[in-house]
Amino acid sequence: MAQTSTLKTKVLSPTSDWKKWLGVIPFFLFAFLFLILPSLRLFVGSFTNNTGQFTLSNILELFRQPFILNAYWLSIRISAVTAIGGGIFGFLLAYAVTIGGLPKPLRSLLITFSGVASNFAGVPLAFAFVATLGRTGFITALLRDVFGINLYQTGFNLYSFAGLSLTYMYFQFPLMVLIMAPALDGLKREWREAAENLGASKLQYWLQIAMPVLLPSILGAMILLFGNAFGAYATAYALTGGTLPIITIQIGAQIRGDVLHNPGLGYAMAMGMVVIMAISLAGYSWLQKVSERWLR
Amino acid sequence: MKLFPRIRKVPFWSWIWFILGTLYFILPLYATFNFSLRMQRDVIGFRAYVRAFEDPNFLETFLFSNVLAVATIIASIVLIVPTAYWIRLRLPEARRITEFITLLPFVIPAIILVFGLIRIYSSPITVPFTGIELFRPLTNTRAGTNILIVAGYMVLAMPYMYRSVDTGMRTVDVRTLTEAAQSLGASWFAIITRIILPNIRAALLSGALLTFAIVLGEVILASFLGVDAFGPYLFLLGQHRAYEPAALSFVTFLLTWIAMGFIQLLTGGQGQAAGAH
Repeated sequence: MAQTSTLKTKVLSPTSDWKKWLGVIPFFLFAFLFLILPSLRLFVGSFTNNTGQFTLSNILELFRQPFILNAYWLSIRISAVTAIGGGIFGFLLAYAVTIGGLPKPLRSLLITFSGVASNFAGVPLAFAFVATLGRTGFITALLRDVFGINLYQTGFNLYSFAGLSLTYMYFQFPLMVLIMAPALDGLKREWREAAENLGASKLQYWLQIAMPVLLPSILGAMILLFGNAFGAYATAYALTGGTLPIITIQIGAQIRGDVLHNPGLGYAMAMGMVVIMAISLAGYSWLQKVSERWLR
Repeated sequence: MKLFPRIRKVPFWSWIWFILGTLYFILPLYATFNFSLRMQRDVIGFRAYVRAFEDPNFLETFLFSNVLAVATIIASIVLIVPTAYWIRLRLPEARRITEFITLLPFVIPAIILVFGLIRIYSSPITVPFTGIELFRPLTNTRAGTNILIVAGYMVLAMPYMYRSVDTGMRTVDVRTLTEAAQSLGASWFAIITRIILPNIRAALLSGALLTFAIVLGEVILASFLGVDAFGPYLFLLGQHRAYEPAALSFVTFLLTWIAMGFIQLLTGGQGQAAGAH
């Protein structure tokens, strides 16, 4: 018996040896304990009522409570605005340093700065924007003393939708630069030369060749930016102290103490976020595959 | 002129975008720095920095965050390097599922992760369907909480760490190195520590620095798990002080800058982005 089994493993090795799976057990165990299991707990919890029975009411309740719908809607709006705004600005910047004709050294400068800025977030970022655009901030004072404009009388407020969006932009557009710079490098010089030789104008080249090739990357990157802002918590909390009720702030309040008086609803709120994040990541990776057809 | 028709004039719009971008980068930093120097009325000086550094709580939380960062980096390397190595060498069929898992932290933001971690590890761990208790709740003890937060940070850093390590291994011929080492009688432990690790040290260092940047300012896991780390300290300081938080924010920025600058040097211009937002 023992003989046949050793024989078998020798013959079938290395393709079907179950023992080689032992090598990845620590990693899978870790992922299970600290990533899968906590997520599963929230997932199961969102389908469980207060007495521990299966229910769909938590999920339905998400769409009934205006308080929760508003939180999602506010988060979606902020994420969309900063993804589109940061996406456009980041694209223009990436364009400027790749094929826009700026001197080479500026490119590595911008890329390094983008790497730093896209990682500079959370509490320090919020404080930096208070020092810039807060009531006594640097730009607020500059506008008042030099241009005679009182920023806060024009209706602007740093601790609001507009203010938080401007703050998010600080890590959004650098991320776009980091993603788009390699994609713009992928535009082949020959395509442009071929178009020019065939008598295409600059506009025709951009509309009919460059844009169709770049569009999947641009859209994919914007979706990634959307998810990046959607999951953000610390920046908003440090800036507004929880007064701007985006979804992550509401989930934070639910963790601190059961403000909804319904744990299941809290789990459902968290799962709703995961679903939106999953959709955006799936969209990103699909568009990434589409764009790889040309930009490789 | 004819050879390079595109360089014929100054790229006006490119300059405009570049200058606008630079202003967006610089102004908040300048404003923070400028503000941090004005602690004393009518005097420009580093008083806020001195005050901030003098606070024993600063030193304690800052050092502790550094300890957490180092623990996260070491534990991540111990977990991820052998896994990525083994998958590359013997188990390519596990590649897809592993890559999927390493991308999950992008779908599960830190606030959701900490929610789940608290719900799982704040109650005793029992054998399923019985009352037998295996562990006391991790969050009950300091050591348990520290283990939990390092595990959480490992999850947050996983996408970057795994990608760095895997990219590093792509550039060295793992199979040939392993066969050469084995034929000389090296053990698995020796192969990984003395052959694989030194060969991917640039990738490891870049992953480590990124992890460092993530952990140092992290506030979500630390504040919800009640760990006295630098992130929550800075947040609380901001509640009742004005100048010291600005000074420390500026210092944090410089540290991020140093970490990213090193990564830039190591990876030759391939910028990476993380998220502890």
